Amino acid sequence: MNRSETWKLVSVVVATLVSIFYLFPSLRFYSVPFAERIAAPKDSPVAKLREKAIPLGLDLQGGLHLVMEVDRSRLSGTEADRAVDRAILVIRNRIDQFGVAEPLIQKQGLDRIVVQLPGLHDAQRAKDLIGQTALLEFNLVRTPEEAQFLFDRIDAFLAGRAAAGRLQVDSSLAQKPLTSHFMDAGPGYGFLLPADVPTVKRLLAEADSIIPPDSRLAWSTEDEGAGGRTGFSLYVLKNEPELTGESVASAFAQMNPSQPGKWEVSLRLTPRAAGRFAQVTNANVGRLLAIVLDQTVNSAPRINERIPGGTASISGRFTPEQAKDLAVVLEAGSLPAPVSIIEERTVGPSLGQDSIRNGLQAGLYGALAVVLFMLVYYRISGALAIAAMLLNVLYIMAWLAGFRATLTLPGIAGIALTVGMAVDANVLILERIREELRGGKTVRAAVATGYDRAFRTILDSNLTTLISAAFLFQFGTGPIRGFAVTLAVGLIANMFTAVLFTRMVYDFILHRRTLNKLSI
Amino acid sequence: MLQLLIGTDIPFMKARRVAYLFSGALLLATLAWVLVNGGPKMSVDFAGGTLLQIQASRVLPVEDVRKTLDGLGLAGAEIQSTGGGDEFLLRFAKQGSADAFTRIRTALEARFPGTAVELRREETVGPKVGDELAGKAVWAILGSLLGILVYVGFRYEFKFAIGAVISLFHDVVIVFGILCFAGREMSLTVVAALLTLAGYSINDTIVVFDRIRERMKTLSKETHERAFDIAINETLSRTIITAFTVFLSSVALYFFGGEVINDFALAMVVGVVFGTYSSIYVASALALEMWNLYDRRRKPARARAA
Repeated sequence: MNRSETWKLVSVVVATLVSIFYLFPSLRFYSVPFAERIAAPKDSPVAKLREKAIPLGLDLQGGLHLVMEVDRSRLSGTEADRAVDRAILVIRNRIDQFGVAEPLIQKQGLDRIVVQLPGLHDAQRAKDLIGQTALLEFNLVRTPEEAQFLFDRIDAFLAGRAAAGRLQVDSSLAQKPLTSHFMDAGPGYGFLLPADVPTVKRLLAEADSIIPPDSRLAWSTEDEGAGGRTGFSLYVLKNEPELTGESVASAFAQMNPSQPGKWEVSLRLTPRAAGRFAQVTNANVGRLLAIVLDQTVNSAPRINERIPGGTASISGRFTPEQAKDLAVVLEAGSLPAPVSIIEERTVGPSLGQDSIRNGLQAGLYGALAVVLFMLVYYRISGALAIAAMLLNVLYIMAWLAGFRATLTLPGIAGIALTVGMAVDANVLILERIREELRGGKTVRAAVATGYDRAFRTILDSNLTTLISAAFLFQFGTGPIRGFAVTLAVGLIANMFTAVLFTRMVYDFILHRRTLNKLSI
Repeated sequence: MLQLLIGTDIPFMKARRVAYLFSGALLLATLAWVLVNGGPKMSVDFAGGTLLQIQASRVLPVEDVRKTLDGLGLAGAEIQSTGGGDEFLLRFAKQGSADAFTRIRTALEARFPGTAVELRREETVGPKVGDELAGKAVWAILGSLLGILVYVGFRYEFKFAIGAVISLFHDVVIVFGILCFAGREMSLTVVAALLTLAGYSINDTIVVFDRIRERMKTLSKETHERAFDIAINETLSRTIITAFTVFLSSVALYFFGGEVINDFALAMVVGVVFGTYSSIYVASALALEMWNLYDRRRKPARARAA
């Protein structure tokens, strides 16, 4: 064995051993049953294996891919700059508590956030959890007199506009366009039936300009009013909140002790906020304090006495999940600006499983057909080409595992195609060798010429496909990128396996004995 | 030794004008289709909107699914039944409300008691993102073609390069056209397939070109047409076999790869066939025309000098 042969042999053996080393955790991880894999808790042996296994794309294991845009239009310069990073932090906090293995949260461009949650089952719940602004405020409700004063003022304003013919109002309600919709009025709010809400919202939009800056109107969530009818309350609140969500130290969902079966969210305030809360409640005994979540009044309990302990609770018609999720978002903090989902891709777990099965099946059948053809057509030389192709696939998989590059369904397609393309290089070489043999050359000379002449062609054809793969990677979203990666790695590995490896085997044999015939 | 297509002597170049007609007709048909239909059918990736793939635990009549959607105020949805009647693709032109699936499931399960409805896939793309993705796709295709053009131009003299590049366009456009005819939608995956094809279709061309260049030197006494034919016949077996192995892989993807990558697989299957055809009848044929043109311009000059 000469030096160059030794060098080649060592490189092939090392590459193969390293590949097997990197692939071993993947083999072990994916032989664990699906349900167990998904449910594996952090720091368990299975979870440790996952960190070294080939990551599957969302299209294969199911999951949620979201692109969200942060609406920064209402923020000032420095706030706007920090808003996206702050939003990412908040979303990460929320997701951590939701408990998803390997979430990905990334900034994209100036004002976008990409969130990927693999293996997720309840996409709707996750979206609600992530997308909710969760701006929590505690606002004092205006006294009945103050509220009445504002309602009267709005009535007068609207009546005036109606009389001037600038507003369409039901004639029977023309004197009091707003308050005549009230079913009944409480201290600081009016109660309306759901059917009247759209009309009243339209009226209020007209009267927006006369609401003083120190007050604001806010709707409640749907609730039961006097007489057991459900509807919505319209509150007059002090604009400036007494406390905000930042003062929440911890939040948890619990069953209401006095009303079994009803869920509520208990809040524990930070020590500083607790002091302020005690002060506010002390100064406003007898008034209503509204708990406002995302501009909607969740509840407005009466302050019966000074509350010193720094605890509060939010009650409402929660399912256990809703209460739990609300606790999560309140504890994680509010988003600095509203976010909207501009792109969403969800793949259910069953489709992911089907895709894996289909992809593997297609790859396997394709490979079988290629193997059969190569064996029949090129016999032992064909078998060598197949060995090279198998090494090629091994290297691609090992590369994915080693660099933690994601395997996607198009990625599997890329591997399947690579199988076809990988043997192409050997076909070029073998055809060239056959041609030289027909020309009367000895086996050894034919092999040498065949490799030399075919090499340039193989390099050319692989390079052009690599150019395309590079553009694919630039352009692609997740699954497509997976394809570009497997294709590119496959082509590079191809130069190694189809050219260097097979040549080494021929040289190894031909240096030892002179063949008169080659099985080709 | 099992050998196919060895020692052939097919006068390929003789029939090249018929091939021009054939290719020209396909290109025109694609152009006509695009003009008549106002562009290809776009998937939600580019058009924006929402695609829901849902699966019920039993077969449901499409009409009832439509009525259920209408009842939810989701009229105008495109409904396609797949997978034996229990699976549906619902396509909404506008970005649906965030909880569209939850509402649909509730309504369907109420309408058909005892049926469970499962979400297989949801794709929602806002209009802005759709436009961006479409723009990126166009740039990726153009960039990829340009990259290959530069490479081929650098590797071969102009006479060859022009044929290679035209054949590349030819393949991408015709595969695009066939997908349109087949009623497939343009999606990110289809664009990926077109890009892969762009890289792959040049492969056979390179094999043939290398041999033509060699033969043009050694067979300088023969006519150009004859030299081209000899080179093409000599490389015929490898042109066909290399295409055949990739064809096998693509066909397996088409039949077994599942619905998600079916468009991709179809594009590859068709693309491999046309890539092989165009290596001979577009790339090589046009290279031959360029050689002939080049000679005709040189000969009178030489005649004058004499």
